[in-house]
Amino acid sequence: MSSEAIKHGHAVAEVHSHDAHDSHGHDHHHEESFLTKYIFSTDHKMIGKQFLITGIIWAIIGGLFSVLFRLQLGYPEMSFPFLEDLFGKWAAGGRISNDFYYALVTMHGTILVFFVLTAGLSGTFANILIPLQVGARDMASGFLNMLSYWFFFLASVVMFASLFIQTGPASGGWTIYPPLSALGQASEGSKLGMDFWLISMALFIVSSLLGGLNYISTILNLRTKGMSMTRLPLTIWAIFFTAVLGVLSFPVLLSGAVLLLFDRNLGTSFYLSDIVVKGEILPNEGGSAILFQHLFWFLGHPEVYIILLPAMGMVSEILSVNSRKPIFGYLAMVGSLFAICILAFLVWAHHMFVTGLNPFLGAFFVLLTLLIAVPSAIKVFNWLTTIWRGNIRFTPAMLFAIGFVSLFISGGLTGIFLGNSTLDIHLHDTYFVVAHFHIVMGVASFFGMFAGVYHWFPKMYGRYLNNTMAYIHFWVTLVGSYLIFWPMHYSGLAGMPRRYTDWSNWQSFNQFADMNRFISTVAMVVFAVQLLFVFNFFYSIFKGRKVKSQNPWGANTLEWTTPINPGHGNWPGDIPEVHRWAYDYGKDGREFIPQTEAVGEHESKH
Amino acid sequence: MSGYFILAILTLAFVVTFQIAKASEYVSVLKGEEKAFRQNNRINAFLFIVFLVLGLIGAWWCNELFYEKTLLVQPAASDHGEKIDFMLWITLAVTGLVFFITQILLFWFAYKYQYSEKRQVFFFPHNNKLELIWTVVPAIFLTVLVGFGLFYWFKITGDAPKDSQVVEITGKQFNWMMRYPGKDNVLGRKNYRLTDASNGNALGVDWEDEASHDDIEATEMHLVVGKPVQLVINAQDVIHDVGLVHFRLKMDAVPGIPTTLWFTPKYTTAQMKEITGNKDFVYEISCDQMCGSGHYSMRGVIVVETQAEYDAWMASKKPQYAVVKEAAQPESKP
Repeated sequence: MSSEAIKHGHAVAEVHSHDAHDSHGHDHHHEESFLTKYIFSTDHKMIGKQFLITGIIWAIIGGLFSVLFRLQLGYPEMSFPFLEDLFGKWAAGGRISNDFYYALVTMHGTILVFFVLTAGLSGTFANILIPLQVGARDMASGFLNMLSYWFFFLASVVMFASLFIQTGPASGGWTIYPPLSALGQASEGSKLGMDFWLISMALFIVSSLLGGLNYISTILNLRTKGMSMTRLPLTIWAIFFTAVLGVLSFPVLLSGAVLLLFDRNLGTSFYLSDIVVKGEILPNEGGSAILFQHLFWFLGHPEVYIILLPAMGMVSEILSVNSRKPIFGYLAMVGSLFAICILAFLVWAHHMFVTGLNPFLGAFFVLLTLLIAVPSAIKVFNWLTTIWRGNIRFTPAMLFAIGFVSLFISGGLTGIFLGNSTLDIHLHDTYFVVAHFHIVMGVASFFGMFAGVYHWFPKMYGRYLNNTMAYIHFWVTLVGSYLIFWPMHYSGLAGMPRRYTDWSNWQSFNQFADMNRFISTVAMVVFAVQLLFVFNFFYSIFKGRKVKSQNPWGANTLEWTTPINPGHGNWPGDIPEVHRWAYDYGKDGREFIPQTEAVGEHESKH
Repeated sequence: MSGYFILAILTLAFVVTFQIAKASEYVSVLKGEEKAFRQNNRINAFLFIVFLVLGLIGAWWCNELFYEKTLLVQPAASDHGEKIDFMLWITLAVTGLVFFITQILLFWFAYKYQYSEKRQVFFFPHNNKLELIWTVVPAIFLTVLVGFGLFYWFKITGDAPKDSQVVEITGKQFNWMMRYPGKDNVLGRKNYRLTDASNGNALGVDWEDEASHDDIEATEMHLVVGKPVQLVINAQDVIHDVGLVHFRLKMDAVPGIPTTLWFTPKYTTAQMKEITGNKDFVYEISCDQMCGSGHYSMRGVIVVETQAEYDAWMASKKPQYAVVKEAAQPESKP
């Protein structure tokens, strides 16, 4: 079915229900081959699943890398012969070499930030939820949407290939600061691996832009009748702001990456000046290494909100549905998302307080950074008030949503330390930073993603995930995450620098060997439990308990008005009309009132 | 061998978990989904309270274990560091309070408002007064934190006192090199194209500049206690970072863009040995910016000493210009 037909179907649906029905009926008879249904699909639901499954595969790889380098950090004196069997010269003698360690760390960051938490999280849920929740038959352009996935796939192929290069993948940290990343002489990972990294990232950015433009135009243009912007579920608002962030900031990273490619391969000097590397005097003069950091963090900071906002939106939705109570302060929630979106563009240099940045300029970035704490605080208090005096059902999705709030508080508060330049001088690039961003951006967003998967799995596959495995998954992950990252604050307060493979030669940082061993052990357990989730996911696609009711969670939003297994086009008949906001839970003694229900005469106002 | 053993145990654990999970699903279907749901709900609600209590105990225990190992128990070794420590305690107090209140509320609500057939939920979509309160109160707290923060930030990043001792520190993969300006207190000009480590000019000093002739080069940094010092920070190859953990300071070393940092050391190395009770104590310079495969080993040492000790050390050093000239002499003679 072409995007033309979808739009046609939609447009007509509002006026002549009969035509719309026909256009959809046509869709049912249309024979879909395996190739058009599962591979080159233009159905937003299938594309969402493709993003999700690719993301899961990347998450396993990225997670496994963290287990490997945690082996080195936790057991620096031990040798693991199986590592040499697997990785050859990279782990000679069963010990992870320095180059290998840094390659693992870099790839762990790159994979999880971009491929899992950007594509796998917002790509998945933007695709699955936007048309279903705004009441559209598909995205504005199904074809561009398909391209978006396939560019992501290409980016994945290039990045994956870089793991097998003789000199290894990029290894200068996921932030790939030049000159380290620009000079092959300076590091093994800055040879061919770095070019692959940059090319992969360029493809990734194309994918992200195609997706983002589609999300924005769908949300703005294809809402069903009655679905005003203020009646949108918070998931859609969050995804909308995410897409805006991505569209405006990813191109800046692309420019940064292209200039770096030029410096690497064409002899330009955008980032290079006055360099003597390994005794070799380079001719480059006049560039600025700091320029790259500005370009990088102009995306890099919005990027953390690109990751976090969709999680916030889904958590808002899930907390409300499962508390059987409206989200508290809907407009404040939208307003705080908006404020975060704007501020996200104005705080990038807080990553650069100790680069020699003009202190006067730094002061503005301190102010704007700490300002983000205000909308964040509003969100936290609104979530707390949402569950207050609710009637909470602890579905697996709800558990993860509550876990998200806890982690967001813990990780958000440490941001107040790091955003304050005075403290950042001390804490910058220590384990305090590692603890902070892993909790607030890494684990919290993962919790949002898990919440989303558990909540919308019945919509995606018409089956449930297994509850018992879900409970084990949740509790071990929640406890494990705190056990891993809470103690890191202490090593951070001892000034222990990040990205060290070994601290044993240091007087100041060698006192945490026990802690490191403990953290590594917990990390392995937590990783194993994630594999349990993956197993649950794939098993339940085929063998899970079948969904029998159209609206299993008793939710108000439109996706639950579609059939249990919706076809391409989502609604067999007309697209439903919307008469109210998405959060009439527990109103006038009724458990929930779907958005499609007309407002009654005697209904109380709010 | 033990690897396979662990793998076998893991697989077994997986299979057992899966079987239990599968069985419990059948049981819940047999028992009636409603009943199973209520039972699970009670268990999870209870676990949230358990998690809260154990979590708080765990946080206390973690503090017992690690607090002594942090720098919080040591006085900062520089004047700037003291300001930073004070700021740290204010922030800890404010965020700590918010942390405990919100986490306790979250898990307490989760437990208290667990599903019950009898409960009528409270339809509470918004309340302007409440929302105003939790917009304004955090804003006030943050204003205080920003105020303190910027006040200290400008003190720390402000101009160094005129009488500061100047020391140049240059990072390269993977070590630090120091240069002192000598008697004239002026560092000689540099040009990176003149760098020639094999001929005694690892820093690329321009010997044409007379100010360079009394410059002294060293691998260790010596500072005088109580005397302000200004570091001029350079890098030769990639970005490094001068991390001075005991002084609570750090600053990037960027190729092509010199940066500066100033502070006043408060305790000599000997005094710090007493304060920390560690006879091996030494001020370390750690590289805090990823700089390649040897990043973790890029260590420098600072010796803080009395003026007399410093003078004696300085007297034992020969200007690098003289060293280079002497090395060149025997070649030109024969």
